[in-house]
Amino acid sequence: MLLSGWFIALLAGSYLGLLFAVARYGDARADAGKSIITANVYALSLAVYCTSWTFYGSVGRATSGGLSFLTIYLGPTLMLLFSGVILKMIRISKAHRITSIADFIASRYGKSHLLAGLVTIIAVIGVVPYIALQLKAVAASLDVLFADGSGPLLPWWLDSTLLIAVVLAMFTIWFGTRHLDATERHEGMVAAVAFESVVKLLAFLAVGVFVTYGLYGGLAGLFERAATSPELARLMQPDSAKAGTWGALILLSGLAIVFLPRQFQIIVVENVDESHVKRAVWLFPLYLVLINIFVLPVALGGLMHFAGQDFNPDTFVLTLPLAHDAHLLALFVFIGGLSAATGMVIVETIALSTMVCNDLVMPWLLRSPWLRGEQSRDLSGLLLGIRRAAIVLILLLGYVYFRAAGEAYALVGIGLISFAAVAQFAPAMFCGMYWKQGTRAGAVAGLLGGFTVWLYTLLLPSFARSQWIGNGFVEQGLFGLGWLKAQALFGLGGMDEISHCLLWSLFANIGLYVAVSLNSRPGAMEASQAEQFVDIFRHGGREPDARLWRGSASQEQLVGLLERFLGPARAQQQLIAYAVGRHTSDWRQLPADADFVHFAEAELAGAIGSASARVMVASVVQEENLGLDEVLDILDEATQVRAYSRELESKQRALEAATSELRAANERLRELDRMKDDFISTVTHELRTPLTSIRALSEMLHDDPRLALDDRTRFLGIIVNEAERLTRLINQILDMARLESGRAEWTTGRVDLGQVAREAIESVGQLFRDKAVCLSSDIPPSGPVVMADPDRLMQVLINLLSNAVKFVPGGSGQVMVRVGVAGDAVRVEVSDNGPGLTAEECKLVFEKFRQGGNTLTDKPQGTGLGLPISRQIVEYFGGNLWVESHPGAGANFIFTVPLPAPEE
Amino acid sequence: MNKKILIVDDEPNIVISLEFLMKKEGFEVAVAADGDEAMAKVASFDPDLILLDVMMPKKSGFEVCEALRANPPRPDLLIVMLTAKGRDTEVAKGLAIGADAYVTKPFSTKDLVVRVKGMLGVA
Repeated sequence: MLLSGWFIALLAGSYLGLLFAVARYGDARADAGKSIITANVYALSLAVYCTSWTFYGSVGRATSGGLSFLTIYLGPTLMLLFSGVILKMIRISKAHRITSIADFIASRYGKSHLLAGLVTIIAVIGVVPYIALQLKAVAASLDVLFADGSGPLLPWWLDSTLLIAVVLAMFTIWFGTRHLDATERHEGMVAAVAFESVVKLLAFLAVGVFVTYGLYGGLAGLFERAATSPELARLMQPDSAKAGTWGALILLSGLAIVFLPRQFQIIVVENVDESHVKRAVWLFPLYLVLINIFVLPVALGGLMHFAGQDFNPDTFVLTLPLAHDAHLLALFVFIGGLSAATGMVIVETIALSTMVCNDLVMPWLLRSPWLRGEQSRDLSGLLLGIRRAAIVLILLLGYVYFRAAGEAYALVGIGLISFAAVAQFAPAMFCGMYWKQGTRAGAVAGLLGGFTVWLYTLLLPSFARSQWIGNGFVEQGLFGLGWLKAQALFGLGGMDEISHCLLWSLFANIGLYVAVSLNSRPGAMEASQAEQFVDIFRHGGREPDARLWRGSASQEQLVGLLERFLGPARAQQQLIAYAVGRHTSDWRQLPADADFVHFAEAELAGAIGSASARVMVASVVQEENLGLDEVLDILDEATQVRAYSRELESKQRALEAATSELRAANERLRELDRMKDDFISTVTHELRTPLTSIRALSEMLHDDPRLALDDRTRFLGIIVNEAERLTRLINQILDMARLESGRAEWTTGRVDLGQVAREAIESVGQLFRDKAVCLSSDIPPSGPVVMADPDRLMQVLINLLSNAVKFVPGGSGQVMVRVGVAGDAVRVEVSDNGPGLTAEECKLVFEKFRQGGNTLTDKPQGTGLGLPISRQIVEYFGGNLWVESHPGAGANFIFTVPLPAPEE
Repeated sequence: MNKKILIVDDEPNIVISLEFLMKKEGFEVAVAADGDEAMAKVASFDPDLILLDVMMPKKSGFEVCEALRANPPRPDLLIVMLTAKGRDTEVAKGLAIGADAYVTKPFSTKDLVVRVKGMLGVA
């Protein structure tokens, strides 16, 4: 019942209806200004790349070529990494209102009708096998279903493939050409394609899970079973002998992801936001990974299950579920395959029919006197008719190709023929985007050369293989000339046909393109278009240089043109937008100048392509033809102006940088000045404090001769002490100043640090005895020896020791001196059992005039310069001075002096 | 009754000289070595005038002065700031926060005595 013909027809019809509904919804949202094209939808729509070829053919290819089916997906992944190239394509296309890849190439080379037509013809002929492939895949899937079901649906005289072609043609016409699109974008179509991408992915994953886990108990089990057969094990390993083929396939598919007409349509023309490309760069490869993950398992599963039977591996995804009576799954898979085929056919034929209409038929038609005579006629009906006829014609050609050559090839083989055809666009596209010297003549020559080689080495042999034409040119060479053998040109044999074709066609294409370009002179229009394409980012999407057009135009006639092709409503809408951009509300007041002509031409280009638009605009305005030299002068001038302004910008930047440097330097000077002020203020304070006592006490002694003797003695003692303190302070300030300015005198020599430590201990011995503090030491009897100034190191040690004795409690105080070697330096420690320092104080004590020990009731005696001076000295000899301490745990002052490098 | 003077300074030798000087002039004198002690002594000793050093540990002379002016123990308490920092900004700051006089170190003992007496209204 499930597999009855009518049920399947109903199901397929409902699914197509659903796609149509999604598209209508997308269009309605776009018209309402609430686009549903998000970055995710955009990335998913790229998966129109995965056609029924992927859906059925990957498994087929995996059964014969093993992992090589992956190349078709590695290429696009790599190509997307060059997102800069794709972004440039998108930017150019938006600026020039490009409608198709033919339009792009034609526009770049001076809006050439010849090129537009040539690219269109190549695209149509090249893509026809690919469309045939979709028909074949759907037909094959139906045959499988019916073979298993209730018998054939069709009477014996009706060919199912032809029927599918007709249904798809009708659906595409219904879907894509209900009315004439005023713009180059179709958001509803993109939404529908994104939707069908999800459906086919789910369907393929479902069958993959069914085969892998349902039939073979998981990936591990499947691969283990397959590995027992040497024939199957071979499929699971990359074949290094075919590295060349792999490279060719990766290159081919990388080019196809951009240059297939439907891919260009989706990636470039339908892009609504450049930032979406960033999402696609990873989301689309992820999609490819998911849809390929079960290809090999299904292929292996199919080969094992149908071992010895003659089943077409291209239909394993259907025959495996059917063989296990999973009819629902089989139907789902059928819908997935139908979805993949439909999505491809819709986008491809819409893209191709647009090209046929805009780039092939219209330019020719528009120049015919017949059409000129009827200026007032509404042309939208004619345009729609051309497009619909083109759709029917393309599908019909697909059917013819299927009949002629389809049976002889597996699905993948057919697809690659199309890939090789569109790869011919690569030189004209890439060079056109980055090389201003490329000319129209070069592009025409390259395309013709590459296309001829492709025709001769790939397309015609595919006909010959099915005995449709004689295969003499393949076997013996044309006219019996051996070096003209179609698949071994110039004796280059031993390659597979795809690599062979790619090599020779691209060789001919690039060679002719470059050679002819270098030997031909571009026309005026070509030169200005080349400039605008190559330097698109520099032009910043601005309108084309108005000076490049000279002539007179009638606003009335231009508006008439717009209304004829865009429809009156849309034309009014765009005119108002144009007027608003020029700060007026009424476009009728604007002059019909170069800007207006450009605006009208761009709007027309969005609807009918740049070549046709050029013809139409030229037909209603009187143009003065600029010579090439004049155009080049104008472009040169523009380039110079840009160069000047860039120079000016860079000078301004340099000036700003210099200003900010000066500001920073000034800030540093201010900071230094402030520090100097602070220092002087602090020094003043330190000097005035002892002076205060000295002055006050000596004045009292002086004023009062009758002062008691013991007061007198006490005061004089204080005066002497304070005078000493003052002297010490002045000496240390001077010492510090000398150290900091680098004017200190040093007598550097070999110093026994142990000896220095012992001398220091001796010289401060009295201080310790006075306060009854125990001073012990751990010093080796001789050495270690460093290169330093012994007096200066003595100064450091004495400073540390006198600090220690100041802070330890009298009687119970203990101070310890240790000298030893640690690593490549001598380490000297002076530790005490005093009150210790907080972490903050550990840093603070090395600043000038910052004394620790506020916790003591006595004000610490000292200048506040001892430790900063000591640190300067130690650092002068390449060492470090620091303190390790915690409150209540004593302090351990440590300094190091590096040992001299061992003498060689 | 003798006027009372509180001397606040963290330099012991300056305290010694000031204490001797003021006692000789017949004032009743108390001393404090830092800001906290000064606040305590103001409460217990109840001085008529304070000789207040600016740079002190724990609480600077400025802070003591501000605290006393914000919450005066008696309305006529006189405050003389003593400082070794002679910058104009310091003087201005001291007067702004309510000091009655500002004396720079080192000072003349005679001048200081005359000034203190004048402020206290004793001949």
